[in-house]
Amino acid sequence: MFAVVSADALRIRLQHDVLKSQPPRPQRLPMSWTWFHRLASPPTFFGLAQRLAPWCAGFGGALLLLAWFGGLVLAPADYQQKDAFRIIYVHVPAAALSLSLYMAMAVCGVVALIWRMKLAECVLVAIAPVGASFTALALVTGMLWGKPMWGAYWVWDARLTSELVLLFLYLGVIGLNSAFEDPRTAARACALLAIVGFVNVPIVHYSVVWWNSLHQGSTILKLGKPNISADMAWPLYAGLLGSYLWSAHAVLRRTQNELLLRERNTRWVREIAAATEPGA
Amino acid sequence: MSADFWNMSGYAVYVWGSFAAGLAVYLWNLIAPRLRRRATLEAIAEAQGDE
Amino acid sequence: MNKRQKRMAAVAALVVGIGVAAVFGFTAFRKNMMYFYTPTDLIDHKVSDNAQLRLGGLVVAGSVHRGDGLQVDFTLADCQKSLPVRYDGILPDLFKEGQGIVATGHLQHGVFIADQVLAKHDENYMPPDLAKSLKAQGGTMHSCAPFKSAYGDSTMPAQAQAQAAHS
Repeated sequence: MFAVVSADALRIRLQHDVLKSQPPRPQRLPMSWTWFHRLASPPTFFGLAQRLAPWCAGFGGALLLLAWFGGLVLAPADYQQKDAFRIIYVHVPAAALSLSLYMAMAVCGVVALIWRMKLAECVLVAIAPVGASFTALALVTGMLWGKPMWGAYWVWDARLTSELVLLFLYLGVIGLNSAFEDPRTAARACALLAIVGFVNVPIVHYSVVWWNSLHQGSTILKLGKPNISADMAWPLYAGLLGSYLWSAHAVLRRTQNELLLRERNTRWVREIAAATEPGA
Repeated sequence: MSADFWNMSGYAVYVWGSFAAGLAVYLWNLIAPRLRRRATLEAIAEAQGDE
Repeated sequence: MNKRQKRMAAVAALVVGIGVAAVFGFTAFRKNMMYFYTPTDLIDHKVSDNAQLRLGGLVVAGSVHRGDGLQVDFTLADCQKSLPVRYDGILPDLFKEGQGIVATGHLQHGVFIADQVLAKHDENYMPPDLAKSLKAQGGTMHSCAPFKSAYGDSTMPAQAQAQAAHS
């Protein structure tokens, strides 16, 4: 009963907003967009995330176990790098996520700034710590790979430097978010930084193509056949998919936390809070 | 096989160090949101009790 | 234009502005973004002796000669030209003939005196058996393509590029 009433109320409010903000253009906004607006409503998204998150963690975790077993035990040693090449199974998914999550964050920034969508603000803020953790992992594993193979933990070439800038951008978003009292002002500042910093994403990805670097080129995102034999490649692909699901779980959970915090004075949050036993 | 496996052709420190760092980050991404959620809900429930 | 469209235009202007600034900036400072010079760069463009710089290339097969102690002489080549290198120190595990390396040092009477040698491995991964069978067909030679000229690509002839793509 309550759900029906609130959904109707929401729809009326949405229609009102549409009428208020735009001159009448009958074909411009078809009714099929209502699903999107409903998805963006905090309680609906919270419920959806609640159902989706365990699947992400479950499948992601299973794929990661498979990938690490495949990478550490089943895959043969490399002809040049011997067993040191196995660091790829941690390094490449972390590096891929560092870029993908930043891209998602920048998209959220655009939606948050233009459409003032509260959910996009929450997702943006939720992505930053997850992205920062995987960027740091990419840097650390890169150093641990660089020392035995290149002969140095760190060099200031274009790829390594731009990846370090990526970490600082994530940390900047986290810092900016905590610097403001009002969460909406904070999220808008974060959105601006996320969009401005997006220029770094193609630089990281194409740094090894555009400029000379010590870092090698991309193995799997290459046109034509990937330059890795099949028995070494499958754990990498499994690890990539598993890592994307794993980070999706973390982002969903952090988005839920952000929604709870922002909507703490609403009825649906109070009901959830009342249902949890204190000190449990 | 076992000794060879742990030795990682002499690069044990780097390979196992990387996987340990990976494990730490993956676990942190599982646990940190969970702890934060518990703290948030407790704070909300407490604030409700005070009213 | 309503408010939302104005915000849309503002965000679009921001993105385009930063993109254009980045393109201009990186075009102007292309040389500074390069991690190393190639043998062709050093031969074609006069570089003063004793200037500290990095040189990248492939170790030419058959050029490695070990001297007293740790001293080693070899030749580095990109897709076009080659330059002799002298180094006195510990080489990385991956150093061997045909391998890509990046050396830090200075030029002295046409010889590059290196203080540090780093290995630049490629992005190909395969088990030893496959590498051996590929080598038998003459296939696992490392590519000279990643050693791009710091002065622009115009110095690389099409033929060398085609060879680089095949190897």
